[in-house]
Amino acid sequence: MNLTLLILLPALTALAIIVANAKLSKVIALSGATIQLILSALLLILYMKAAPAGENGFVFESNKSWFPSLNINYHLGVDGISLSMILLTAIVVLAGVLVSWKVEYRVKEFFFLLILLSAGAYGFFISLDLFLMFFFLELAVIPKYLLIGIWGSGKKIYSANKLALMLMGGSALILVGLLGMNYSSGTNPAGFSLLNHATNGIALNYQMYFFPLLFVGFGVFTAIFPFHTWVPDGHSSAPTAASMFLAGISMKLGGYGCLRVAAYLMPEAAQHYSWIIVSLSVIAILYGALATMMQTDLKYMNAYSSVSHCGFVLLGIGMLTKSAVAGAVVQMVSHGLMTALFFAVIGILYDRTHTREVKELGGLLRVMPFAGTVFIIAGLCSLGLPGFSGFVAEMMVFVGSWERAELAYRFATVLACASIVVTAVYILRATGRAVMGPLLKPEYMGIKDAAWNEKAAAIVLIAGILIIGIMPFHIIDLVSPGTEEFMKQIKKVALNN
Amino acid sequence: MNVLYLLLIPLLPFAGFLLTGLFGKAFRGSSAGLLNTTLLLISFLLSVKVVSDYFFIHGLLEDRYVPIIAFQLEWLRFSEDLVINMGVLMDPLTAVMLLVVTFISLMVHMYSIAYMKGEERFATYFSFLSLFTFSMLGLVMSSNIFQTYIFWELVGVSSFLLIGYYFQKPSAVAASKKAFIVTRFADLGFLIGILVLSYYGNSFDFLALSANLTSYDSSFHQAAIGAGFLGISALSWGLILVFMGGAGKSAMFPLHIWLPDAMEGPTPVSALIHAATMVVAGVFLVARMFALFALGGTNVLELVAWTGIISAMMAALIACTQQDIKRVLAYSTMSQIGFMMFAIGVSGYGSESGLGYTAGMFHLFTHAMFKALLFLGAGAVIHFVHSNYMDDMGGLRKMMPVTHITFLLACLAIAGIPPFAGFFSKEEILLASYNANRIIFWLALFTSGLTAFYMFRLYFSIFWKKEKAYQNHQGEGGGLLLTPLVILGILTVVSGFIPFGNFVSSDGVPVSPHLDLKFSILPVGLSLAGIIIASRLYMKESVLPEKLSARLGRIYKLLRGKFYIDEIYLFIAKKIIFRFISRPAAWVDRNIVDGLINTSAAATQLFSISTSGMQSGKLQHYAGYFLSGVLLLIVLFIFLLSN
Amino acid sequence: MEIGLNHFLVLSTALFFIGVYGFLTRRNLITLLMSVELILNSVNINFVAFNKYLYPENLDGLFFSVFIIAIAAAEAAVAIAIIINLYRNFNTIDVEETDTMKY
Repeated sequence: MNLTLLILLPALTALAIIVANAKLSKVIALSGATIQLILSALLLILYMKAAPAGENGFVFESNKSWFPSLNINYHLGVDGISLSMILLTAIVVLAGVLVSWKVEYRVKEFFFLLILLSAGAYGFFISLDLFLMFFFLELAVIPKYLLIGIWGSGKKIYSANKLALMLMGGSALILVGLLGMNYSSGTNPAGFSLLNHATNGIALNYQMYFFPLLFVGFGVFTAIFPFHTWVPDGHSSAPTAASMFLAGISMKLGGYGCLRVAAYLMPEAAQHYSWIIVSLSVIAILYGALATMMQTDLKYMNAYSSVSHCGFVLLGIGMLTKSAVAGAVVQMVSHGLMTALFFAVIGILYDRTHTREVKELGGLLRVMPFAGTVFIIAGLCSLGLPGFSGFVAEMMVFVGSWERAELAYRFATVLACASIVVTAVYILRATGRAVMGPLLKPEYMGIKDAAWNEKAAAIVLIAGILIIGIMPFHIIDLVSPGTEEFMKQIKKVALNN
Repeated sequence: MNVLYLLLIPLLPFAGFLLTGLFGKAFRGSSAGLLNTTLLLISFLLSVKVVSDYFFIHGLLEDRYVPIIAFQLEWLRFSEDLVINMGVLMDPLTAVMLLVVTFISLMVHMYSIAYMKGEERFATYFSFLSLFTFSMLGLVMSSNIFQTYIFWELVGVSSFLLIGYYFQKPSAVAASKKAFIVTRFADLGFLIGILVLSYYGNSFDFLALSANLTSYDSSFHQAAIGAGFLGISALSWGLILVFMGGAGKSAMFPLHIWLPDAMEGPTPVSALIHAATMVVAGVFLVARMFALFALGGTNVLELVAWTGIISAMMAALIACTQQDIKRVLAYSTMSQIGFMMFAIGVSGYGSESGLGYTAGMFHLFTHAMFKALLFLGAGAVIHFVHSNYMDDMGGLRKMMPVTHITFLLACLAIAGIPPFAGFFSKEEILLASYNANRIIFWLALFTSGLTAFYMFRLYFSIFWKKEKAYQNHQGEGGGLLLTPLVILGILTVVSGFIPFGNFVSSDGVPVSPHLDLKFSILPVGLSLAGIIIASRLYMKESVLPEKLSARLGRIYKLLRGKFYIDEIYLFIAKKIIFRFISRPAAWVDRNIVDGLINTSAAATQLFSISTSGMQSGKLQHYAGYFLSGVLLLIVLFIFLLSN
Repeated sequence: MEIGLNHFLVLSTALFFIGVYGFLTRRNLITLLMSVELILNSVNINFVAFNKYLYPENLDGLFFSVFIIAIAAAEAAVAIAIIINLYRNFNTIDVEETDTMKY
């Protein structure tokens, strides 16, 4: 299968949206997203047939020279990890388009930007050329700025600026890191090619300098402590679909980059800095969870809980054991689906009640049984209930982390485990207050439950969550060749230097 | 073993959950309840079949019941050895639990059809109830400790959903939250315990874990004993932490605070979940891992025993002062679970010394019957009186004859009066503790007398005393409401005569039950004394109870306030965690972490503003800059770079 | 005393800096224009003087001067047009007032 299709299709959809009128643009966006999902599913089937794949586990590779003088190639390819990310993106995009069905202001531009953003994400996940990857990463940042700045709410300009600037700062670090890597190999130029770097290896002193740059750079995207503060502001100001994309897809770009670029290509440095990554992620997990307890705005709550949950991604990568890394990948997918679901349902509640303050909601389960139930499901997934995807991911990270037998790592694991209690506290507080309890205001009596589009979005996301949660072996089968390849790279050097 | 039957046992309730949960609106009237009850009936019949097959055909191998892995499915693989398998482990323990769970659940389902009639969310109620049954069955059939944990969480969430069934009642919501969070806290211990045990035992499977960690010369055991933290070996840590999970779910001190509040749920739910099945999961867990506890960890069983007896006594004391009949029953549940817990705690491994184990499981079995009966009876009373408080009741024996008789049977059973079920199991427990630990024995004896007292206080307050003017004269309730009561009542009378030790014992080798009549004199006498005191105080209206409580003063207040443990927790949660950890964390995030980032942004802006003054728009300024630039370059070239 | 090249150079330098000074300090745009003329003329003097004293056989310096005079005339025309436009818009020809093209 030609992977360019995955970028081409959103690009064409975006173009079609430009020429269409407002009403038609929705339909185009929806059909584009649906076809994209079908395409991704098809890709999955083809991948299953093609695996076991070639060297490094990548299949459907295509490599064309793009800027020969700079050694930049248009090099695409997927393995199980990127494929799971692609599926995640496809599902979240579809749900996001569905949820924004009722957007009225500048409809065409809105959907154009949404689709553009998704094109950036797809491109990012399938590139095997570091520069190409960077290109798509940037492509995914700009639409967010506009989406928040134009269709946002609250202090949207501030948030849009903050988000764009912090992410750009991260990108700047990534760019420096990439350039450093590009010139590191000296006599045997690997250029920007991911695979060449993986086989040639990068000189140790280069690794020590450029690993932190790349890891922190990608880390900003996935809310590494202390560069996570764009998350609450950005998410809370963004329109529903943008929040879903932001938490569901954008934050995964960072995690994927940390895994695929930083740790995979520079294994020695990853081990050397392992303890720093672990400490930062444990801080993010616990501190994010504790800060969440004090939030009164549902979107802020979910944003902080995203910080906490994305901490598990970084923790898994930092621990550098097979289950933990696989857990990190599953957590990325799981969190993407779960948080998108949460933002979608918060959007539904906000749309009807015009408030996101937990204190001003109450008893909504009675008037909106569907939305209330979805809220509870999203909450239960977030607190890691078995049967939902969050449980699988967290357990894999925990079991994987426990394999690091040093006392300090054990301690870190126990602290990370403790977050499951804190998570339960804040989720149940919000649930108990917002959807359960007596109906708070009489005017909520006439509220309508979720409409068809919102129901469809929720069902798509819940289906994803349940498939991973009930049958985790499928996603493990999908992901494990990639994680094994990763571990091979890590194990090239002994674990204790 | 017929695997299909075995798998259908949990899957039928699950199907019921899906059907009634997803298509709840399609069910009219009581059809949802009827559907799920029918499914459960099949499930119950299947378990009878499977259990009898196990006990009489497959199980016994050379005079010993062997565990059989009947089914296994790889669910999640972490590494070579660490795999979560969804499996079915069939052994005497599973067999007993299968019967208890399906039977009590069936009774409760039947009862609920009548009890919950006309509720708006009738189908939802039944779907939750079936979800619970499914999870509980999955829990008791697990072959793998992680599988246990998974279903452990699922029963927790079903309990959460059912307690919060009346979600418009703030107290119900608060209670459901509390139940979930407290048990979740305990589950944290369970989870870390699993991590510890599986790391050293190199497996999640119960059988492999026991095999690896209990043989003294295996390298796994050596490693687990060798490693330690704070002077306690890793193996003991693992077991302590697992027990913490069990203590949380079984409402043992100090993690018991959620159980009384859980009574906010519908009464049949309390009967099923918070009396007969879910709350004994902790006991079940310790029993399931008994070989590890008895042979592996040093002194962890002692911790189990003391936790059990302290909880038993404390709950019994509190139960004497409560006014809400469901809360009395809740504390009595806690107390009885304490009995089971310390029975297992004082037990040893193997034939004679394993009496405590058999006794604990026996008590679990009989307790499920009579406690479910008590709750269902209480439900009928509440249904009739529309109040939970003893003060609103009295003289009901004439109006509710069936309820009265069955309730009395259950009270006699729990008080340990022969020949009712509770007598047999309780005597065995007392005997086991007498042989093992005398201090625990005396405390247990005292608690047993107290049990008789508070149960008959409850009984007399409801059914005797003066008749109140009741609003409701709809009668006692229909056949569906009363049939379960009668069935359970009969079982309460006869189930004590089952030779339980022939089936369930610590190492699988059947032990013959022995009843020492001389030994029984003291406990039974104490119980009778308790009943007599209760009858003097509560059979007729009298001022004696008030006088007594006034005499006891402080102690009474302390008991009435449940030892103020709730308040201590509240203090820790609200004052310490929220005020001193969470709020500062949120503040630091907004003001310091984010503040630093905003400050760097502000610094950039400041620099930009200060330099943007150069773009003044004034021609002459530009010319001036230009000129000075030229001069600077001239100076540079002539004086600095010329040589 | 013979009048030499140095005298001319001193004169033109003085004229140049008078022009620069005027350009930087005067506020009236017409005067600014006159200052620019002074600067241009100081350059003209330089060209003519160098031509006369160093390369009397060539006429390049004279040509350049003529060029500059022509350009200065054109420039004056354009500049005055701008100034008139400015006056119409701002009602003033004070440079201090016409600073809307800033940050």
